[in-house]
Amino acid sequence: MQELINRAKELLDNGTVARVLGWKAGDLPYDPEPAYFETAESLKDFVYNGFCGANLSKYMIEASKLEGKTLVCLKPCDTYSFNQLIKEHRVDREKAYIIGVGCKGKLDIEKIRNQGVKGIESIEGAEITDEADMLKIQTIYGERSVAYADAMLERCHVCKGKEHKIFDEQIGESKETKDGERFDEVSRIEKLSPEEKFAFFQKELSKCIRCNACRNVCPACSCRKCVFDSNKFDSSQKANVDSFEEKMFHIIRAFHVAGRCTDCGECSRVCPQGIPLHLFNRKFIKDIDELYGEYQAGDDTDSKAPLTNYTFDDAEPSIVGKRG
Amino acid sequence: MSIENKSFRPKIVAFCCNWCSYAGADLAGSSRLSYPADVKIIRVPCSCRVNPMFILRAFEKGADGVIMCGCHPGDCHYSTGNYYARRRMTLLFSMLDYIGVENGRTRVEWVSAAEGVKFSDTMNSFVEKIHSLGENVRLGDLRCRN
Ligand code: SF4
Ligand code: SF4
Ligand code: SF4
Repeated sequence: MQELINRAKELLDNGTVARVLGWKAGDLPYDPEPAYFETAESLKDFVYNGFCGANLSKYMIEASKLEGKTLVCLKPCDTYSFNQLIKEHRVDREKAYIIGVGCKGKLDIEKIRNQGVKGIESIEGAEITDEADMLKIQTIYGERSVAYADAMLERCHVCKGKEHKIFDEQIGESKETKDGERFDEVSRIEKLSPEEKFAFFQKELSKCIRCNACRNVCPACSCRKCVFDSNKFDSSQKANVDSFEEKMFHIIRAFHVAGRCTDCGECSRVCPQGIPLHLFNRKFIKDIDELYGEYQAGDDTDSKAPLTNYTFDDAEPSIVGKRG
Repeated sequence: MSIENKSFRPKIVAFCCNWCSYAGADLAGSSRLSYPADVKIIRVPCSCRVNPMFILRAFEKGADGVIMCGCHPGDCHYSTGNYYARRRMTLLFSMLDYIGVENGRTRVEWVSAAEGVKFSDTMNSFVEKIHSLGENVRLGDLRCRN
């Protein structure tokens, strides 16, 4: 982290960049938040550790409108989102100085809490430079230890790889964290009966409080005017409103980002209700891969998106039933 | 027809493109071919005009089946509309199947203006299929567990 801060200072001092977009320490040891730093002095609050799951690429939409370049720290998975935003003309590549930061998997505080760890005071082992496979957690009830892998975000278990797809320079080591297949859960659900499927999603979606966090954090949800903000529709962003837009919110949003979603995992990370939103996006990704050839949004900045493309011999919709 | 005396009257929505399938439906009518009155036709300028949300909305409002008909691939009045529609519908139907609206309740059929017989056969077989599947889940309740 010190190397990163030093480099950021250097780039601020020599005028290459006008500001740094990174993370700053929050009130608690596990809640660093995205922040801008405009002076070398303010960088003292800069942090980069296992809890910096937040994908900063979406902030570059606004930063692209500012004077001068912005240094932005992107993890390997974040670079896919940045590429996708370039493709959609939402960010300006020339306005960004990208430092690809290493990643050894990001942590999910809920996963730690679910192991019965309460009253957390400090956490050791979350620093990117720590080689430890265990987290040492000081709580008001004494010390607890949790395996790093057991505290990782779901998305890190199915990481797309530790390669930065776009960067100006790279700082920090990465560590392979993939130990699962991202479509396993989708395949499991596909095999359920219609009643079971409906019951499963009803149980999950009934928890939604319509806070919009999933939409607000999503790099693919960068429409200037979102349909869910339009008062011409009956979408009042309240959990108990029963208009079409509100009831079908998750499916509508998933369809809007189909073919553009990079599977960055931010929606599931931020949902305060722990709804596995990635199950919708991954269903689309899985279908696109199977029917129209493997496609990873954000892999590049110029390929055609699957839903704005076609071939003469695409599968007929009846294939849905035939695949079994 | 075997299905006529059953008490379950399915609600079926058919989106038909103006240039081919709607004309096909017209031809079915003027040729006095019959198909069940459970099918409600909505005319659209092109199959590509069918926003996937239309179909979602039909199910949310209680449809038991939704069918979309357009010009045969290659024959679109606007050249390529149905190619885009084909991808969208495939992905949407797959998603609907995934959340519990089984795939027999959704169908795409290409019907030209000359295919009155195909139109009526398609509607008859689709209504029969929906009869065999029975009432649909209430998609509108996806977000409220009672
Ligand atoms: S973040 Fe979760 S609770 Fe909030 S609107 Fe999205 S799904 Fe609903
Ligand atoms: S839908 Fe979720 S996983 Fe996909 S790009 Fe948006 S936040 Fe990332
Ligand atoms: S929900 Fe749809 S309209 Fe709203 S920002 Fe996302 S993609 Fe755009």
